[in-house]
Amino acid sequence: MKRYSVFAIAREAMRHHTGWERAWASPEPKANYDVIIIGAGGHGLATAYYLGKNFGITNVAVIEKGWLGGGNTGRNTTIIRSNYLQDPSAAIYDKALKLYENLSQDLNYNVMFSPRGLLMLAQTHHEVRGYLRTVHANNLQGVATEWIEPAKVKEIVPIINIDGPRYPVLGALWQRRGGTARHDAVAWGYARACSDMGMHILQKTEVTGVRQENGAVTGVETSRGFIGTKKLGIVVAGHSGQVAGMAGFRLPLEAVALQALVSEPIKPCMDVVVMANTVHGYMSQSDKGEMVIGGGTDSFNNFTQRGSFHHIEETLRALVETFPMISRLKMLRQWGGIVDMTGDRSPIISKTPLGNCFINCGWGTGGFKAIPGSGWAMAELMARGHAPLAAEFGLDRFREGRFIDESVAAGVAH
Amino acid sequence: MLILECPYCGVKAEESELAAGGEAHLKRFGAGSTDEDFEGYLFARKNPKGVHFERWRHAYGCGKWFLAARCTATLEVFGTYPAQTAEPPADLVAKIKQKRPEWEGYK
Repeated sequence: MKRYSVFAIAREAMRHHTGWERAWASPEPKANYDVIIIGAGGHGLATAYYLGKNFGITNVAVIEKGWLGGGNTGRNTTIIRSNYLQDPSAAIYDKALKLYENLSQDLNYNVMFSPRGLLMLAQTHHEVRGYLRTVHANNLQGVATEWIEPAKVKEIVPIINIDGPRYPVLGALWQRRGGTARHDAVAWGYARACSDMGMHILQKTEVTGVRQENGAVTGVETSRGFIGTKKLGIVVAGHSGQVAGMAGFRLPLEAVALQALVSEPIKPCMDVVVMANTVHGYMSQSDKGEMVIGGGTDSFNNFTQRGSFHHIEETLRALVETFPMISRLKMLRQWGGIVDMTGDRSPIISKTPLGNCFINCGWGTGGFKAIPGSGWAMAELMARGHAPLAAEFGLDRFREGRFIDESVAAGVAH
Repeated sequence: MLILECPYCGVKAEESELAAGGEAHLKRFGAGSTDEDFEGYLFARKNPKGVHFERWRHAYGCGKWFLAARCTATLEVFGTYPAQTAEPPADLVAKIKQKRPEWEGYK
């Protein structure tokens, strides 16, 4: 792999950009691999990358039904933060944030990580108490967050209206290290690094069955034939239940649609990420100038990758009160992604009833921010059979009642 | 916009008038059941990509719970029926079979 650098740009500029390599190869599948990961989104590719980087396991295939990063990795609102209430969540999300901070250098691929700071607005007294509690918890966890008063919120976000009649701003939880990254670049960067280690990324290859023998997986049936493997990792977000069904076990998951939309591009007006959880409105400004807005989830099971229109209205109605200047903005695009929700709104990184099959799912509405940490933990679990970061996120927690209850902690989706 | 007809009051209600209540026809396990059964009752869901039987409440109408058969892949609604039943009515199952020959059935 030729490294990307300022010298590479200069060299290519001199020869009409004829020397750029393809970022990753598209090989024919081999008959057998040491590890197969189903799902070439951020989490699947990160798992493969850390299997190679941390454990030297490079005889790996990442199998993808559609195209690389075409699911929720390419559909989220790119927010990165680690201000979670529960210790296991803070540990894995903060690991992810720390990896994001050096990810561009690590991958030699610019993921445009922008630690611009992140505000979670408290717009009800319930939220004020909740976020004060989170700040204390974060301080104990070693995650730097602080509580700030409305005047400080106004200083950080001049376009905000803190005196709204329905949704006043009563303060905010402020994480300076939070921010955004380019979501596609995260998938592309991991894919390029995986391909460079000799791993196979098989796009447009749909898994249609999981073959097993004596309680262990022997391989997967795909649209390009049978592929054998010693270990299988299922990392497919919204369709986790379907793939687990092929492997013969059930998951405590339900799939719902989560929506986002972007406005027409405008001049820079807001240089932080603002989350308003009471009204399910999440907003940041992209490098192109679009206001990127995340909305709420539908309340019913849905695989259609589009959400209900009335949620857009509810989100925008509330955001317009908090940000009056966006009232004249035209919205350019709206889309949905299928997120897999667990009962306690925390992910599953776990062994399964099949000995050599592992699953990483249930990230719900907050998976993008976790990609590096999730891959790190999943790779360790697959390589060693145990991972400290994943220990609390096992499937057995639902039977044993050891929930990591971020739904109560966040009050809403996260 | 999802529109479901309330089987009690006959109103064709759009989804903002309704509250979703998750999978229907769950068998309840309580005190005395095994851990596996109780876990399954609380958390395991069919979550199909296709025909789904589910609970809804006509929250901003008559207030009653009812059940619906809906396709989660297309949002097509096959029908609604009252909640006082342990399994979907036979005529509704037959109608779904006709529309979705590949459907594996309610069980």
